[in-house]
Amino acid sequence: MKKILFYILLTLAALAFLYPFLWMLVASLSPENQIGNLTFIPTSLSFDSYKEMLNKIPIARSLFNSIFVAVCITFGVLVFGSMVGYALARLEFKGRNLIFFIIIFTMTLPFQITLIPQYILMVKFGWVDTYWSLIVPYLMNSLGIIMFRQYFKTLPQDIIDAARIDGCGDLEIIFRILWPNSIPALVTIGILTFMSSWNEVLWPLIVIRNEHLMTMPQLVTLFAVGGAAESQLGVKLAAATLLALPIVLAYLFFQKYFIQSMASTGIKE
Amino acid sequence: MMMKKKLVPYLLVSPYIIYFLVFVAFPVIFSVILTFNSWNIISPMKFNGINNYIRLFHDQFFLKSLVNTLIFLVIHIPLQIIVALFLAVVLNQHIKFSGFFRAAFFLPVIVSGVVVTIIWQQLYGFDTGLFNRILTALGLGRVGWLIDPAWAMPSIAIMATWKNVGLYIILFLVGLQTVPPHYYEAAELEGANQMQKFFKITLPMINPTIFMVVILSTIGGFSLFIEPYIMTGGGPLNSTLSAVLYIYKQGFFFYNMGYSATLGLFFALLILSVIMIQKKLIEKD
Repeated sequence: MKKILFYILLTLAALAFLYPFLWMLVASLSPENQIGNLTFIPTSLSFDSYKEMLNKIPIARSLFNSIFVAVCITFGVLVFGSMVGYALARLEFKGRNLIFFIIIFTMTLPFQITLIPQYILMVKFGWVDTYWSLIVPYLMNSLGIIMFRQYFKTLPQDIIDAARIDGCGDLEIIFRILWPNSIPALVTIGILTFMSSWNEVLWPLIVIRNEHLMTMPQLVTLFAVGGAAESQLGVKLAAATLLALPIVLAYLFFQKYFIQSMASTGIKE
Repeated sequence: MMMKKKLVPYLLVSPYIIYFLVFVAFPVIFSVILTFNSWNIISPMKFNGINNYIRLFHDQFFLKSLVNTLIFLVIHIPLQIIVALFLAVVLNQHIKFSGFFRAAFFLPVIVSGVVVTIIWQQLYGFDTGLFNRILTALGLGRVGWLIDPAWAMPSIAIMATWKNVGLYIILFLVGLQTVPPHYYEAAELEGANQMQKFFKITLPMINPTIFMVVILSTIGGFSLFIEPYIMTGGGPLNSTLSAVLYIYKQGFFFYNMGYSATLGLFFALLILSVIMIQKKLIEKD
């Protein structure tokens, strides 16, 4: 009896979390005059909102920009993160503790303090309105380094020793010996990095003004806030749907990894 | 060869050192320098002593953004803990399809805040929004969710809870599963009821998780940006002007780099001290 109550409760809660997304999808596929219905099933299907959006903003280009930026950043975080993580976990050297302390310091530093000076750096480097400003400041990630360090510490010394006897250098050890044995760490850090890059919007708003270099969240934000959507709700919702789609699709397939990754750090956004 | 061997660790960490010097150390030092200057990036920097700090303490918008953040946190943190803990406890009762429910609760966590904000802006609509339709259907009056200054920040806090709570449900579930079952069995033998079991066993055991929720929500509150940026632009009557939105406006609308950096430095110090106080308070309990 009590169980039934639980199921009703959970179903209502699940509905509360899913309905808004379903409504967005349905509304974006409805003719503009039927959006107010708040129903699940569109009475008539229409792609007008999407067509109009494609005419108004370079959404395809922004999709490319977002993917390009997120892939570069994820690649950088995985490569550099495992290099530093390996040195901290497996090598003895003077200053190791100092570097570990610096990484922890960086991780706890609120971004509010570096926002303005980092923008000024971008201006001085001439990186405003270039991909450099979107990618380079994110190529290193303190949390990623810490996670690699933790993971590499758990791997047996034997595999490293064996590789050394075979004449492997340190880079070969990292990428050819440790990486194949660190799939969970790579997946976790990869998902976290890709997702936070995909959803980042404050930094692009600051450093990118050229519409053709904008990432998707930035383009959709400016479209929704500025006058370009001309208060046509359907067009706004079509843009939001397209922005949600890639991550939601990835989530449908790799749901378990998404939840595990985020829970393993407790870090959001 | 020996020499080369010694160098290897430093070569491996060198990219991080460069990154740290350029993107962390320099900005932190430069931001402190900026707070003693006035600068619009184009004309040369002008030293202006402690004027930025004097201005900060007389700035009603700064005060407003602090109060707004406080309002957000006072609603967001307890709501988040209660909803997450409640759903986690229910999910922990050997529920079938619990994987589906977890995945559903988690969906808003992975979706961009931009998407969530655009959707909720419609749900909060005064005339046609879902919430006011429900209220009208129940014979109640409509609420000016985003247009009433008293409601705007609470509305954003509710939305933020909906967006983030899935993560905390998972964290609480992990916490709940660390409670050894024999604790409950022992308590049952001594005649403890459900309430007693919850408050005497469950709650103390998941205290570290609660601490994490409090800290992450606090950081989230001080980082609030895209939600007011899209929904309200900081209005009505600055009632949703958040810390980061104010830094952004001073920096990129008015190009007051010195003052904007002062705000950033002050908020950063504030976040760190608030977290420290919370840590002390929770450890005491």
